[in-house]
Amino acid sequence: MAELTGAQILIECWKKEGVELVFGYPGATTIDIHHYLMESGLRFVLTRHEQAAVHAAEGYARVTGRPGVALVTSGPGATNAVTGLAAAYLDSIPVIVFSGQVARMMIGNDAFQEVDIVGITRPITKHNYLVRDTESLARTVKEAFYVAASGRPGSILVDLPKDVLAGTAEFRYPGKVRLRAYQPHLEPHPKQVAKAVELMLAAKKPVIYAGGGVAMSRAGKALLTLAERLQIPVTNTLMGLGGFPGTHPLFLGMLGMHGLYQANRAVQECDLLIAVGARFDDRVTGRLDRFAQKAKIIQIDVDPTSIHKRVTTQVPMVADAQQALQAILELLGRSPDYDREARGAWLAAIARWKNEGLLDYRRLGRAASCTGPGCVNHGRGGSFEPIQPQMVVETLYEKAKDRDPYICTEVGQHQMWAAQYYLYDKPRRFLTSGGLGVMGFGLPAAIGAQVARPEALVIDVAGDGSILMNIQELVTIVEEKLPIKVVILNNGCLGMVRQWQQLFYGGRYSGTLLGAGPDFVRLAEAFGARGFRATRPEEVAGVMEKGLAAEGPVVMDFIVCQQALVYPMVAAGKEIGDMLPYAAEILAQD
Amino acid sequence: MDKLNILRRTLSVLVDNEPGVLARVTTLISGRGFNIESLSVAETMDPKVSLITLITSGSPQIIEQIIKQLRKLVNVIKVVDLSDEDYVEKQLVLVKVRAAGPDRAELRSLCEIFKGKILDVSPRTYTMEFTGNEKKIRDILILLDEFGIEEQVSTGLTAMARTRLFKKERRPD
Repeated sequence: MAELTGAQILIECWKKEGVELVFGYPGATTIDIHHYLMESGLRFVLTRHEQAAVHAAEGYARVTGRPGVALVTSGPGATNAVTGLAAAYLDSIPVIVFSGQVARMMIGNDAFQEVDIVGITRPITKHNYLVRDTESLARTVKEAFYVAASGRPGSILVDLPKDVLAGTAEFRYPGKVRLRAYQPHLEPHPKQVAKAVELMLAAKKPVIYAGGGVAMSRAGKALLTLAERLQIPVTNTLMGLGGFPGTHPLFLGMLGMHGLYQANRAVQECDLLIAVGARFDDRVTGRLDRFAQKAKIIQIDVDPTSIHKRVTTQVPMVADAQQALQAILELLGRSPDYDREARGAWLAAIARWKNEGLLDYRRLGRAASCTGPGCVNHGRGGSFEPIQPQMVVETLYEKAKDRDPYICTEVGQHQMWAAQYYLYDKPRRFLTSGGLGVMGFGLPAAIGAQVARPEALVIDVAGDGSILMNIQELVTIVEEKLPIKVVILNNGCLGMVRQWQQLFYGGRYSGTLLGAGPDFVRLAEAFGARGFRATRPEEVAGVMEKGLAAEGPVVMDFIVCQQALVYPMVAAGKEIGDMLPYAAEILAQD
Repeated sequence: MDKLNILRRTLSVLVDNEPGVLARVTTLISGRGFNIESLSVAETMDPKVSLITLITSGSPQIIEQIIKQLRKLVNVIKVVDLSDEDYVEKQLVLVKVRAAGPDRAELRSLCEIFKGKILDVSPRTYTMEFTGNEKKIRDILILLDEFGIEEQVSTGLTAMARTRLFKKERRPD
């Protein structure tokens, strides 16, 4: 068999792994790969920053469930990929970054564009590799794809010295990988399944707390069946949204720091908490020693380290979520005998909380938040009621829901409103940076989503702060002809930090007021996209309709009230049942 | 952390003998704020595999996390908590002790009692080698300090279960 160069071998490996496209940015050490990429039949999407390439690969992976691939050069190319690797690692998304590296004999010499990227990314990747010779390249790539996507998925870096890419070897792609030291455990232990079922049948006030692991293991259907069969209400983490239908009567909404009233109350009051693919993150639990104190906990997670990390669980199950739920359903049988009377009372209490917790942002906006002249956006272009940002998300939901869109977000207030006011009925529809909380994630993630689903409606809900963190990607979107719609909730400030300053730091807005900022409509036009703006509440619906209907990339700039706050809110260090802006008397009931 | 409930554990960690694996283990431990009290590494009979003996301390929950997090590393083949087993542990220490006049004879007899060796002799010092478990080494050093220790270096502890190592594998659940 004829020998191939390392660069050719890499591309052949990608094809074997079913890679359709690669996001990235070229440089001196990766020219060999680009040289052969041209006629490989693979699509190369040139982002305008390496960070965006990795986020785009993550967006692609979230939508398709298959690993996303990015290709960056050595040195700054690789360091720019660091944020993306950390983001994918924390959100357990399979992303593989291939980075160029200086030739082997130059490593360690502080060569031009040399960094020890394997050392830098060790704690923020699931695993990483420095490929030491052309012969071991194919096996390493095979292993990288396997490790990235199996067990609890995560990011992988493969560092490729230039001379390894230029060298030649016979191409043999291993059919299977078996690693002595890495064997994810997927089947639930029958004893634990039996214990879980026993607790589920005995529970009077159970709650399911489902995270990103549900979509990851395609366990949505099994989860829905379990919830319906035992009439158990379900709350989702930020990463879990869409894993259970947002419009389902058993759905409680998101829980945690900005969780909905009924979700947080239910978790605090429940006698059984069934965690599925969720890791008891601090933004979920609030004050840990007061979290779900009345509950026994069943925890299903494929990652053993997620169990007993932050809370003690009575029934730990190290398993794939889908397999675990299937086993539970099998043991439960078609019509399990649970305490229907107790369940009726529990669901009635939840219905009461739903009602009690209703927040009218219009009223809140006027009374508690927007004090007229205090809001800089109040007077922009005249004196009128400003748009409340929540209303923009509600309008987006109304206008877009029938088109089964993919919603990406940046990070901050707009992200929380997109989680609270948009109802996700399907998994893999809400793409947000949960663990790392990366501002600048949404726009490149939308690129990945749109490339994966060319026919779909892909929307980035952004703030005027976040959108500027990767605004250069408007070029990529225009050049690649991706009809992405950007909805900017423009409040002239870094809203989430400003919110903390308003509530807990005496209203000293240090470093958070952005001023007028750029004219996003003209900015969009400068990049070759279309721009629309709404400044009054009555314009919102019209602009949203026009923007969503327009062909090609669109930026919609909604000038919103600066003083709108994300509620409910659990202050740092408080238990999650203790939510602003609810009065203490309401919380003390029951 | 629960101060009363701090455990000290000796872990045997079997890893792929590859560049960077020790760095992965130490990065993990420092990055997650765990303690390392002692660490020793060497190749095993299988040249593809190294054994790390690691002594760490923490609450039971922290120890559980350390073991699980180590197991999660792709290059870690197995982690055994030796403290659950019957095991032997040894450490090697080299000590340079002031040795003049009558002290010299006494030091020689101490060395004999503790089954040490005198590696080097100078007009004013002895350089001695001792091996033993942590307690024995501590006792020796207290005694030698009476004479005046000029310099001292020691290896980390290394340990082995009395029964066949890595026979038992514990499932996380």
